[in-house]
Amino acid sequence: MITRKRLAAGACTLLAALTAGLLPAATGTAFADDPRGGDGPAPKVELVLDVSGSMRARDMDGGSRMAAAKQAFNEVLDATPDEVELGIRTLGANYRGDDRKEGCKDTAQLYPVGVLSKSARTEAKTAVATLAPTGWTPIGPALLKAADDLEGGDEATSRRIVLITDGEDTCAPLDPCEVARDIAAKGINLTIDTLGLVPDAKTRDQLSCIADATGGTYSSIRHKDELSDRVNQLVDRAAEPVITPVAVEGADQCAKAPKIGSGLYTDREKFGEHRWYQVDVKPGQELRASVSVAADRQVDNDYGVLLRATTVHGREIVRGESAGSGRTDVISAGLRYPKADSEDTDDADGAGEPETVCLRVSNSFSAPASVKREPGLPVELTIDLVDGPSDASDVAFFGLGRGWWLLGALAVAGFLGGVLWGWLARWRGAVTRSN
Amino acid sequence: MGITKALRVGVSAALLAGTALFGAAGTAWADDPSSSPSADGDSGDGGSDSNGGDGPTEAGTSFRTAVGFEPGQRATAAASTGEYLYWKFLADTGQRPTVKATVKLPEPSARKGTQTWQVDVYDGLRRRQACMYGAQTRKAAQNAESVSLSCTLRPVRAWSEQWSDDPLPGTYYVRLTVTGLKATDLGLPVQAEVETTFKDVGGSHAVDGSLAAPLVAGNGDAADADSGPGSGSDSGSGNSSARQAAAAAEPEDGWASGWWSDRWLWTAAGGFVAALTGVGGYCLARGPGRPRA
Repeated sequence: MITRKRLAAGACTLLAALTAGLLPAATGTAFADDPRGGDGPAPKVELVLDVSGSMRARDMDGGSRMAAAKQAFNEVLDATPDEVELGIRTLGANYRGDDRKEGCKDTAQLYPVGVLSKSARTEAKTAVATLAPTGWTPIGPALLKAADDLEGGDEATSRRIVLITDGEDTCAPLDPCEVARDIAAKGINLTIDTLGLVPDAKTRDQLSCIADATGGTYSSIRHKDELSDRVNQLVDRAAEPVITPVAVEGADQCAKAPKIGSGLYTDREKFGEHRWYQVDVKPGQELRASVSVAADRQVDNDYGVLLRATTVHGREIVRGESAGSGRTDVISAGLRYPKADSEDTDDADGAGEPETVCLRVSNSFSAPASVKREPGLPVELTIDLVDGPSDASDVAFFGLGRGWWLLGALAVAGFLGGVLWGWLARWRGAVTRSN
Repeated sequence: MGITKALRVGVSAALLAGTALFGAAGTAWADDPSSSPSADGDSGDGGSDSNGGDGPTEAGTSFRTAVGFEPGQRATAAASTGEYLYWKFLADTGQRPTVKATVKLPEPSARKGTQTWQVDVYDGLRRRQACMYGAQTRKAAQNAESVSLSCTLRPVRAWSEQWSDDPLPGTYYVRLTVTGLKATDLGLPVQAEVETTFKDVGGSHAVDGSLAAPLVAGNGDAADADSGPGSGSDSGSGNSSARQAAAAAEPEDGWASGWWSDRWLWTAAGGFVAALTGVGGYCLARGPGRPRA
């Protein structure tokens, strides 16, 4: 009997295996085309060029820094994708005097932000050609003005300032780095990329600070072609459509927290602050949340982030945590919470009713005392609600086994079964004969 | 006796089926696509298998802007030292991805000190994934021309408990950056490239259960859109930009169904071996003297 059962089971598995074998086991992966559609609002880019006196220095492959910048602008104006709205702003182009106050107001829009038609490209090039290195380096005021230039339009517009300079800001006390952070905190989806032409230590620190504050990048440029390549690359990046997050403000306790659904959100969180959000999860749905806290300023070496999902009564359901050390842009964590289908649970009360899950985002960043606390660190929160919770009944795959031990065990079991069956048959034969 | 006859017939049938199965299984293993999934795809458009240079030539600067590339492709990017470069790829159940990154450093004459580079891999929920093997972090000497990093992830499972961070099918993000450098070297131009290879770990990590949907960002937006605006999301779930994420990425051949694992073959083979030894045991115990019914 045992043998027969074995056989039947074996045949069944064989059959199953054969049919399953016909199924494609193909696992080749490929990125299906990204969803980045081209129907978003036109990205806006403003190039901010330093035309201060120091741009006269002839240390870029034998030519002056100004000449290199002009050549780069010509190339960039030719190569700018049609969908990008581009503008040019100068700083230190007009005022020749020594009055610092006047010099620090010296920033002008050379070419307004707009779509570049063919004639517009020529016009912009002509405007660039007239520039002569002149005055001061008012980076802070120029950034403020540039941010104003880029305002307006859809809030989902991606905005980018490309700052090209060869010296640090000469208009203290307005710290351009703090200006940049304030601009970023406005939540207008603006990134500042900085390029330092043959930069010294101070310029480098300032420019990288500006870039970090807005999630931009800093590059140090020493050669002519590097400049145009880099500016082109940055303009192209602006043209790449991305999903714009929605601003949301988390509360300090769950009861007051804003309710959010699937989507991408941004918020700001100070050092040591918690923020709560509420998400409704229906039975049979799975909540997926991930959070990234960006270090947009100088922070201490060790840091972490904690994302907790709790019930409204404060019981922790699941948490995602991450800690790190050393140079970083963000620290992120994520969690999943599959809510079982209501018929699976015996809870009589909550059948079909969505459960409110409280999400708490906390960070353990710290910073030296000299670092400004306001505005808080940028937080990016992704919420996904997918249908059908994941389920599993067994740790093994359909209860199937694998490996030589399994084979051995089955072989021994089969053998023993066969022996038993044989003895039975012999015994029965003996009985039959004796009858 | 009728039963024994039936048994004999059954055994021989099983034997036949078994040999057929093993023949089939042999070929199935031989041309297992996971070992070189992209080679098939690449050969179609003439790309060479070893280094398909047709990958993206840009990198993203955040999780949101990460640039997708396919296994076997070589994604390259020109960047500045200090930039955080992000790429993403898709991995499915039963694969063990290895990410390799190479950075061509700026010319040694322009650099002032050593540089430490690091590659990190995050899953679709932006959880950092551990590397089983590979030099994830490496320090490049001041005169080094390039630095190579690699990270082998744990095998991707079909399912795991919500409290664990086991690798699951979905998007994987690669972040490449310099973590230690002399301040003077910040911003210098570098060339970076990454590629992934998959090793098929077979059914050894097959688990029962499957995810509702792969861990790909944006899966839920479609679901949310279905359920309409009354789903209790007052702030912004319906915004157009979030919708763009709705069409989530998917592997060329779709995600694995979750029904296939080489455990089917092992178990079937086990049943077959058990049948054989069962017959052997029967013959042994029954003895040569065959009684006539």
